[in-house]
Amino acid sequence: MTVLRLPPFDLIAPRTVAEAADALAHHGPSARLIAGGTDVLPNLKRGLAAPDVLVSLAGVESLRGIRPAADPRPSANGLRGPTRPPSTGAPEGITIGAATRLNRLMADPAVCQSFPVIREAVSQIATPTLRRMGTVGGNLCLDTRCTYYNRPALWREGAGDCMKHEGDVCRVAPGGERCWATLSADLPPVLVALDAVVRLTSARGDRVLALGDLYRDDGLTHLTLAPDEILAEVWVPVWGSRAAFLKLRPRCAVDFASLGVAVAVDVADGICRRARIVLGAVASHPLRVPAAEAALCDRAPDATAIRAAADAAYDAARPMDNADQPPAYRRQMVRVMVARALRAALGQPPSTR
Amino acid sequence: MPPQHGARRTITLAVNGRAVEVRVTASRTLLEVLREDLGLTGTKYGCDLGECGACTVLVDDEPRLACLQLAVEADGHRLTTVEGLAVDGTPHPLQAAFVALGAAQCGFCTSGMLMTAKALLDAVPDPSHEAVCEALAGNLCRCTGYVKIIEAVRLAAADARVPGRPEPAEVAR
Ligand SMILES: Cc1cc2nc3c(=O)[nH]c(=O)nc-3n(C[C@H](O)[C@H](O)[C@H](O)COP(=O)(O)OP(=O)(O)OC[C@H]3O[C@@H](n4cnc5c(N)ncnc54)[C@H](O)[C@@H]3O)c2cc1C
Ligand code: SF4
Ligand code: FES
Ligand code: FES
Repeated sequence: MTVLRLPPFDLIAPRTVAEAADALAHHGPSARLIAGGTDVLPNLKRGLAAPDVLVSLAGVESLRGIRPAADPRPSANGLRGPTRPPSTGAPEGITIGAATRLNRLMADPAVCQSFPVIREAVSQIATPTLRRMGTVGGNLCLDTRCTYYNRPALWREGAGDCMKHEGDVCRVAPGGERCWATLSADLPPVLVALDAVVRLTSARGDRVLALGDLYRDDGLTHLTLAPDEILAEVWVPVWGSRAAFLKLRPRCAVDFASLGVAVAVDVADGICRRARIVLGAVASHPLRVPAAEAALCDRAPDATAIRAAADAAYDAARPMDNADQPPAYRRQMVRVMVARALRAALGQPPSTR
Repeated sequence: MPPQHGARRTITLAVNGRAVEVRVTASRTLLEVLREDLGLTGTKYGCDLGECGACTVLVDDEPRLACLQLAVEADGHRLTTVEGLAVDGTPHPLQAAFVALGAAQCGFCTSGMLMTAKALLDAVPDPSHEAVCEALAGNLCRCTGYVKIIEAVRLAAADARVPGRPEPAEVAR
């Protein structure tokens, strides 16, 4: 039997964020963060990377936990949305530490109450045991995935390596210049739809940015995170919006999404004031569809508006042939699932269409 | 300090109630250490990638995939493997129920199923059919079709010897 061995590395186990940041700064690109390890370790076993050092966040207590918190952005007052309730002194949102395990997030009473959509999405990640191991930060910083990439070395020897690992062509789109590996993690589309904000930390200092700005549409370097930066926490504002998440995949456990749909809508007096429509697993970043959002806003979110939003999402999505289910099917399902998710979020009965 | 790839460190594990010391490098998984260093081959090596659940063990009573757990990160923790389920030669109620219902065929998934189910019963003494299905969602079986496994977990839950069970009941035949 072939045993998949991990390549040799040293493990540094800091107790504080500052120590972890120092270790990353000191070892440079030869170091890699590990939190739950449920993505890093399979990829190391597949021979997709060989870092000299893994810096573990498992012992960094301060990165764990969920608490009420105010907007971390310095200019937060200028950024209030139109339907955001005037400050009542109540907490404006919750902050989730990056090393919080997924099962803790799912079970947290504040999360379940304010953000049932987060619970819904997390309950569909991987398996119950993997959710006890995997963390929120690891999910948000998950590597992009592709049928030609997440394969053991022996498989890739046969098929030939690609741009994302030591090769120079893309096997999915051989004529092109870029890598189309997909961001298949489930939390990114949901938290982008909820307008989440992340705090990154490094030995150089802190940065606060919209979660959407953590990503770019490039399968090779899909994160704007610098190699020495640590995602410390994510803040999710309570907008009173209604949200939904739907996931397409072959089996209803274990499998990554071949399409994820996250929507959030704010409706006041029958008029949709704000909408977020974000697709997962069809691009190298969480794909927000402004045209679909515009189709819903400043009008009643009725069947016509929902159909227009679903059509706009269909137009924007260009899944490639690098995930579990065929791209044509996934694209058709964008239209179907965006409409379903919007009806679910708006509390409308499922359509028979 | 420069990285010491081959550097070994001594870790202490409480395996099935017995303290053991092992010298390991950072890149060894708990699965490798259990099977290769401690000879505890009841924990199975399935996919080695987190996809099958065959390697499930309990770390401080919580299920973990031993193939994705670095041994050094288990230093100082309590481990339970399938070898630790029986007490003084008496099978755990789950093992008895698996035997009674024929819930193991080739047996490759069985130890992972038993460990995951043990954690479930320790937390929820009388789980519903749905709760058992949900808890075992990450444990793949290529033989049984799952029906017998799920029945066996619920049969074991009806066994008086499962801690937390309110009133005694007979193991139905
Ligand atoms: C069989 C299987 C099925 C899976 N199914 C799903 C699924 O359905 N949906 C899904 O979303 N995921 C899935 N996963 C992936 C994974 O389990 C989860 O996404 C998990 O949340 C990853 O977290 P982790 O802590 O284990 O990440 P790690 O493996 O520890 O890290 C992942 C990446 O993030 C980086 N990283 C980790 N923490 C930080 C931080 N704080 N700051 C900066 N970088 C960081 C690491 O360097 C690494 O590149 C699956 C995995 C397996 C093995
Ligand atoms: S999209 Fe192309 S370059 Fe990227 S991982 Fe897949 S085959 Fe490789
Ligand atoms: S061997 Fe660990 S999950 Fe398959
Ligand atoms: S009994 Fe053979 S895999 Fe489950």
